[in-house]
Amino acid sequence: MPPTPSDSTAKPPLPAGVVAFVKRDCPTCELVAPVLAALSKDVPLTVYTQDDPSFPDGVERVDDTDLAVSWHHEIEAVPTLLRVEDGREVERAIGWHRGEWEALTRATGLGPGLPELRPGCGSLSVDPSRAPELAIRFSGSKLQARRVEIAALEDEQEAFLDRGWTDGLPIVPPTEARVLRMLEGTSRAPDEVVAIVPPDLAPCTVEKVAINAVMAGCKPEYLPVVLAAVEAACTEQFNIHGLLATTMSAGPVLVVNGPIRNRIGMNAGKNVFGQGNRANSTIGRALQLVIRNVGGGRPGEVDRATLGNPGKVGFCFPEDEEGSPWTPLNVEFGFEAGTDTVMLFPGEGPRTIVDQIARDPDSLCHMFADALKHMLTPKMVLAFDAIVVVGPEHSRIFREAGWSREDFLAKLHALTLMNGDDLVRGAGGIADGLPDGVRGKQIPKFKPDGLRVVHAGGGAGLFSAIIPGWANGEMGSAPVCKEITS
Amino acid sequence: MTTVLLDPSSEAVPAERIRAARLAELDGKTIGLLDIVKARGDVFLDQLEERLVERGAKVKRYAKPTFTKPAPIDLRHEIATECDAVVEALAD
Repeated sequence: MPPTPSDSTAKPPLPAGVVAFVKRDCPTCELVAPVLAALSKDVPLTVYTQDDPSFPDGVERVDDTDLAVSWHHEIEAVPTLLRVEDGREVERAIGWHRGEWEALTRATGLGPGLPELRPGCGSLSVDPSRAPELAIRFSGSKLQARRVEIAALEDEQEAFLDRGWTDGLPIVPPTEARVLRMLEGTSRAPDEVVAIVPPDLAPCTVEKVAINAVMAGCKPEYLPVVLAAVEAACTEQFNIHGLLATTMSAGPVLVVNGPIRNRIGMNAGKNVFGQGNRANSTIGRALQLVIRNVGGGRPGEVDRATLGNPGKVGFCFPEDEEGSPWTPLNVEFGFEAGTDTVMLFPGEGPRTIVDQIARDPDSLCHMFADALKHMLTPKMVLAFDAIVVVGPEHSRIFREAGWSREDFLAKLHALTLMNGDDLVRGAGGIADGLPDGVRGKQIPKFKPDGLRVVHAGGGAGLFSAIIPGWANGEMGSAPVCKEITS
Repeated sequence: MTTVLLDPSSEAVPAERIRAARLAELDGKTIGLLDIVKARGDVFLDQLEERLVERGAKVKRYAKPTFTKPAPIDLRHEIATECDAVVEALAD
């Protein structure tokens, strides 16, 4: 008689003696069926069968087609043989291995005529098409989030749009199975509070981040990056509240460093800021969905941007560390090279620096400096940082000349000193500007740590880019670099 | 068959779709009367119009092309932009 489908979260006890797990759809199980039948005459043997309750013949069978026993006892392959004493598993043999079976069962001469060894098949309880549903049924849901029932005639995309839970693009519906799978991307507990998210100052758990990461289209292996990004965004220094509320165009820009970039398949090369790479496209989006949904930060409400920028859907890219002549960005923030980190920078869309002629670093720095001086407006000095993204065909020029990152930055700072006379109100026929006190002085365009250098981009094209920042310092936001942990 | 999804928000507001706020008074409001073109729906709506006008409301009349299909999106949009509330005359 088939068992009543079990929803029990309690681990079912096993009978004493030898316990086997099998399925008919496994050639090794078929092979050892006569061995089990023979064994059952000599030792107390119970066989749990996963697919066909009439298999195998000649043994005491227990129907485990609902996989409750297999799941709870973490059976990964069939056949699996357990030795159970005092209700506890004391030995386990996986697949058919005569020596192991004889040792476990204390029997001899098992399976004459069979090969010595034959690996088994995957247990149905870990079958990818069933495991998520089984985990929900048997683990007792560890998920706390409110369940939202979407009626059969309702469209889940429309339902989420109507509730204001998307950024205007379709989302991946966050089913319990998808969220559980997402949570496999981290060892952190679902109920751990990751951050207090502005503007509503709502506590945000790992689970809420996972839900939004599912919606953004992330894979589970991206989750640690998203978690670190949420933590970084919600620090005092980064001040996501201010960045959200500003009428200026900036939003969070994420730069990923360390081996995780390659592990999760990010793109640091051609079209690095563009579309086409899942990790690049979804990690930044997941952060923005957390700010929107958990923090309540929505455009037109606390988000007061006059213009915004397309990167506010999500702007994330990795550094091309391998091709860089310099140490990675995260070393500037005190990490060892090779550490997985995500740096958050308050920035707007990248603008290209074109220089197809320069073959020496001095000339190239002059071009970079000229572009940097015009960032936002030439009269805006010291209050805004920038990321300088150096493309491979430009970085080669510095590499060949033996320039260090420090040489490059020192030159850029020197070349971006602004003439105070050009900055005052009215100068250049422009009413806006600084008070007269700066006349006759040289004013740096950037504060000493106001320029961050990242190496990225495709191998062809003499281009680099500036990512302009937003108000720096106490009143605004400072870049925050956070280690990514599993 | 319903789909169960997980709430991505801080759960500070109800998950159900929130109803539009009810009108506190009719005076000066524009009320749309939508006839789904079933028989005698117009009779009912004529009566309603009289009553609404008595109470100071402005009334605009609309009709669906056919009662067998949902109102076209343009019509819904027209009603939404022109009216403060709408009354739909359903069935015979």
